[in-house]
Amino acid sequence: MALLEVNDLHTSFFTPVGEVKAVNGVSFNLDRGKVLGIVGESGSGKSVTAYSIMQILEKTGKIVSGSIKVDGQELVGISEKEMKNVRGNKISIIFQDPMTSLNPTYTIGHQLMEAILLHTNRNKQQAWDRAVEMLRLVNVNEPEKRMKQYPFEFSGGMRQRVMIAMALACEPDILIADEPTTALDVTIQAQILELMQSLQKELGMAIIMITHDLGVVAQMCDEVIVMYAGSICEQGTADEIFYNPKHEYTKGLMRSIPTIGNDGEKLHPISGTPIDLLNMPAGCPFAPRCDNAMKICLRQRAERLQINDFHQAACWMNVKEEMEKEGEPNG
Amino acid sequence: MADTLVEVKHLKEYFNIATGAFTTKPLKAVDDVSFSIRRGETLGLVGESGCGKTTVGRTLLHLYKPTAGEIFFDGKKIESKKDIQEYRKKSAMVFQDPYSSLNPRMTVADIIAEPLDVHKMYANKKEREERVLELMSKVGLNSEHANRYAHEFSGGQRQRIGIARAMAMNPQFVVCDEPVSALDVSIQAQVINMFDELQDQMGLTYLFIAHDLLVVRHISDRIAVMYLGKMVELADAKEIYDHPLHPYTKCLMSAVPLPDPKAARENKRIVLSGDIPSPLNAPSGCPFRTRCPYASEECAASMPEFKEVQSGHYVACHRLNEIG
Ligand SMILES: Nc1ncnc2c1ncn2[C@@H]1O[C@H](COP(=O)(O)OP(=O)(O)OP(=O)(O)O)[C@@H](O)[C@H]1O
Ligand SMILES: Nc1ncnc2c1ncn2[C@@H]1O[C@H](COP(=O)(O)OP(=O)(O)OP(=O)(O)O)[C@@H](O)[C@H]1O
Ligand code: SF4
Ligand SMILES: [Mg+2]
Ligand SMILES: [Mg+2]
Repeated sequence: MALLEVNDLHTSFFTPVGEVKAVNGVSFNLDRGKVLGIVGESGSGKSVTAYSIMQILEKTGKIVSGSIKVDGQELVGISEKEMKNVRGNKISIIFQDPMTSLNPTYTIGHQLMEAILLHTNRNKQQAWDRAVEMLRLVNVNEPEKRMKQYPFEFSGGMRQRVMIAMALACEPDILIADEPTTALDVTIQAQILELMQSLQKELGMAIIMITHDLGVVAQMCDEVIVMYAGSICEQGTADEIFYNPKHEYTKGLMRSIPTIGNDGEKLHPISGTPIDLLNMPAGCPFAPRCDNAMKICLRQRAERLQINDFHQAACWMNVKEEMEKEGEPNG
Repeated sequence: MADTLVEVKHLKEYFNIATGAFTTKPLKAVDDVSFSIRRGETLGLVGESGCGKTTVGRTLLHLYKPTAGEIFFDGKKIESKKDIQEYRKKSAMVFQDPYSSLNPRMTVADIIAEPLDVHKMYANKKEREERVLELMSKVGLNSEHANRYAHEFSGGQRQRIGIARAMAMNPQFVVCDEPVSALDVSIQAQVINMFDELQDQMGLTYLFIAHDLLVVRHISDRIAVMYLGKMVELADAKEIYDHPLHPYTKCLMSAVPLPDPKAARENKRIVLSGDIPSPLNAPSGCPFRTRCPYASEECAASMPEFKEVQSGHYVACHRLNEIG
């Protein structure tokens, strides 16, 4: 049994203009001690997937169907009281936007200690020491003084690090990190990633790392999910996704990165605009922007195909290749 | 150096920060920086958050009055009000945040035409409209979008609007302050290509500020590295990336997360420890010494000189010989 099992998750927002299908049938497993990366275009449903797992969706948002199990316990449908117990103890989240997630009226120290007292077996003095230690670990200078300050006295990058310290101080089984290092520069980012990795090894914590930064994914993740328009279009080990992408969107994403290899050349962006989640097409959601789209791509969605033991993709190109292989007399 | 377009000498920008009811203290955001940019060149500017990159860009364009130092444009020192006015027509800035830098109550056409309106750069309405449409097509915006509002557009499209506005006066020099940081990878690639194309078409010179070192390396001819208000290294993009000399640059380059799992596994990051200093309380001597693994007494005693150690490669560090 995996630590986290997400099965055919559908989450929608019910808005005045219609149902926005933000997450459309997402399934994945996460094992203890593993790091799972989630990448994908802006608006593809990465954060909504995370919020669904935590059940912290906005009022208009609802898990329409599917199952989310942690340690075998079903989370969809349980009461808010039970869910409170899961949050923090079992799963913690670092939000994309740190400005909105700290309470402006309490000191940093108060907020850190509150989280530690609630979720671990420590007394006040131990919680204080732990909070100071965590601030030091995320490289906030003069942590004892900082404990007594309020969020407004911290820069954006510092608040981000406080959020990281808070999530890690609770020693969760699963840490969901939504763009945790975007506001930080690379030297501090490197320190934070190192810290996450060491805690993950020490505590056997599992991490879901949501990010635009493919460098962070390459460095941190064992497995990667690629999302497009609310669905998983490809999933596999980091090596498979980077060196052997099998979905046309992923291939486009990889071509867009500036690397040392394409110095001085033109980059290759993905053309076209993202699809409208209010009007999902019948076929592959990427078909309207795909250079290789075939007739069937516009009509019907491709099933997830097992490429090899470590890799799945939902793209008709793979079906076509399979058929061509089988069609060859000697192959 | 006949082909220098922009040059600054000993540029300083201090902000007065209140430390008590009646006392202030200078925050040395930019502290004695000198460099030049060649015509048609892209100079990348990198460094830690808060090290003074944006302030360099703004002061360079005289959006902030320099506390001290000299700015030369096309060989001419910018001094009088008239100089500044002329200079403003030939230079422009693209801002970091495509979400907040455009007025949501203005149409795309009005945003793009704003600099033209300010400098009265057209004879009649028709000329204004023609110029706006020309600019829109240059940055790949559909002419039908002219009368829509900025908030109706995606991040990538908004950044194009900002770029079209910056190009309105046919500038020779553009400061780009983190123009692609807020965009996702594939949209980022579109915008970077556009900067390239505009440079070819219009012979532009760029100062390109960014966080993402792979992006900076891709677009820049040379790269300058800042730390706590000072410039610590400057060299050809490839040279500084492959052979960084300053300890901070070495650390920066080693920390770049490479989008390549095998390389990432082999890459040995230099992880810094030590206090991150504040520009209000800069350490004596070398600004990097509180975190530098090579720091010695000399580093605390005096600021190392920013000097050319190889042809075109400038560094400010006392201990280059020991570091090797
Ligand atoms: N409260 C809401 N009401 C309506 N639609 C919403 C709401 N929140 C999110 N959405 C929609 O759900 C989709 C998925 O959003 P989500 O925030 O998960 O994207 P994301 O993949 O995290 O993108 P980014 O990389 O930009 O953070 C988007 O199209 C978004 O517009
Ligand atoms: N208008 C201002 N008034 C007072 N202090 C300022 C002002 N603008 C910038 N500063 C300070 O000057 C220093 C340099 O800021 P600047 O914005 O130039 O940094 P930066 O290198 O662009 O950082 P980032 O990468 O985060 O954008 C910072 O310590 C900042 O707090
Ligand atoms: S001058 Fe000294 S402290 Fe500064 S970078 Fe060089 S060795 Fe390090
Ligand atoms: Mg998100
Ligand atoms: Mg800045």
